[in-house]
Amino acid sequence: MALTGKNKDRVQRGGMVLGVALVLGWCLLPVVWIISLSFKSQAAVTNGSPGFFPSSGGGAGWDNYRDLLFDDQYAQFRRSILNSIGISLIATILSVAIATLAAYAIARLDFKGKKFVLTTALVIAMFPVVSLVGPLFDMWRTIGLYDTWPGLIIPYMSFTLPLAIWTLSAFFREIPWEMEQAAQVDGATQWQAFRKVIVPLAAPGVFTAAILTFFFAWNDFVFGISLTSTEAARPIPASLSFFVGNDPFNRPASLLAAGAVVATVPIVILVLFFQRKIVAGLTAGAVKG
Amino acid sequence: MSTTTAPKASRSQEPRRKAAVTDRERTENSLARKLVAPAIVLMLFVTAFPMLRALYLSLFSYSLTAPDDREFVGLSNYWTALSDELFWRDTGNTVMIMLVTVFFELVIGFAFALVMHRLIFARGLVRTSILIPYGVITVVSGFAWQFAFSNSNGFVNGWLPFIGDDFNWFAQYDSSMIAIMASEIWKTTPFMSLLLLAGLAQVSEDMIEAAKVDGATWFQRLYKVILPNMKAAIMVAVLFRALDAYRIFDNIFVMTAGANGTESISFLTYRQVIEQFQLGIGSALSVLLFLSVLVVAFVIVKVFRVNLADARQES
Repeated sequence: MALTGKNKDRVQRGGMVLGVALVLGWCLLPVVWIISLSFKSQAAVTNGSPGFFPSSGGGAGWDNYRDLLFDDQYAQFRRSILNSIGISLIATILSVAIATLAAYAIARLDFKGKKFVLTTALVIAMFPVVSLVGPLFDMWRTIGLYDTWPGLIIPYMSFTLPLAIWTLSAFFREIPWEMEQAAQVDGATQWQAFRKVIVPLAAPGVFTAAILTFFFAWNDFVFGISLTSTEAARPIPASLSFFVGNDPFNRPASLLAAGAVVATVPIVILVLFFQRKIVAGLTAGAVKG
Repeated sequence: MSTTTAPKASRSQEPRRKAAVTDRERTENSLARKLVAPAIVLMLFVTAFPMLRALYLSLFSYSLTAPDDREFVGLSNYWTALSDELFWRDTGNTVMIMLVTVFFELVIGFAFALVMHRLIFARGLVRTSILIPYGVITVVSGFAWQFAFSNSNGFVNGWLPFIGDDFNWFAQYDSSMIAIMASEIWKTTPFMSLLLLAGLAQVSEDMIEAAKVDGATWFQRLYKVILPNMKAAIMVAVLFRALDAYRIFDNIFVMTAGANGTESISFLTYRQVIEQFQLGIGSALSVLLFLSVLVVAFVIVKVFRVNLADARQES
């Protein structure tokens, strides 16, 4: 059946709008839901309040957030925010620094064993993390890393290195390295050439790798629950899973939802500001960009 | 390294030039090794070394609650695990979750990729939104869906037409698995769709246009032109996601804690080691988990003949 040009355009545009609506609904519905749940009052949740939005009278306003952030009872949760930020940031900085060296070698130098490095990275990226939990648990307890920041930073580094190396080497191969020599010919010193030419060209790639690394460390759950036992190092995901309110038999769903929202805020901020870089980084590793 | 810039040497100088090149290769090799070493050491320290230790510990009857009773038992831990129904039930669960979630992620992810590829308005908004499920912590996703399916506080029962309002999704196996897989699919479909979008971008528009001129319908263009030309991207996406799905742990821990037989193989291993301190049998399970991931990877690579290095055009 042939549609006339104008009608066909209209059908296509209608389909597009529908498609966009579906994608947005898919991505945002559960997020809106958890936000909505975080505004239900704890009493309403205990009695049972089915429905998407906080019903009239069952709303709690900002009470859940206030309790979570200022009530003494939830000091452990606040401590886990600090742990998560500290551990994820340190792991990210160290991992990206080490990965930058390796990625430079892979992108620019010819050497035996390049394939070995890339294969190792790939195998580790697919490693079943849980199978390491037992031996690491045993090792960390012996050397005293159990339930400490470094005890989590070290595994996070090893498991984010593959992603960082893979992403960075894809970026580095696109850099026109001849420009370094060109700058030197024009009278720049080697240091100037590196700082003024290469660093600005490499920075976006390094930054992208850093964001993806941070996401991984922030999201980790397996190491977080297995290698910590107290608030000394327990990160947010583990802390959320052990979240118990006043009544141990009835999990405080709305408080938990508020905690979940707090844990999601940094991610949403990163996504809002660096959407392009994240998309580029995610696909650079798998498909040649 | 390109040698085209080097001036053509006369025949008499040939041996000397050769030596110079190997010298240069040698310095380059050693510099590269120094640059790569920290990354390799760190990656192997946390994976290969503990894995070897797991291999060693798996030969002992070893429980942390009675560390002095450690005794060499050979392969009997493996025999215990492999002859236990629990191991096979959990492996079955894991394989099923892997197959079902990857299938849905591929179909929905491809539809999303098509929408994003053809999009002329709201590009930034759509790409920003699609990254949100990717960034959300899996534990948070698990809670969001657990509460959504809950019969006392959720909205799913109210929205689904044929489900009674007091239906308890977490009271039996089938519906619990659906809830777990819903959370898994929701969180990871965006990643899949971004990988597929990058693949779509590499399909030449001219070829699609040519097929159109030749009278190919939309479905013919999809099956004969678009899909074959983005095979590499699809395979990479499937491989990554399948291996990731095989490790499923977070969602099950949060949503059911393995109740009603919804345990995965990762969860079983975790339970043996961390909750019951059975390091011997737990290590055997760790080794078996590692081996089964290798088998899954091998099968995917062989069946689809995917070469990751080729896909990246890295030699």
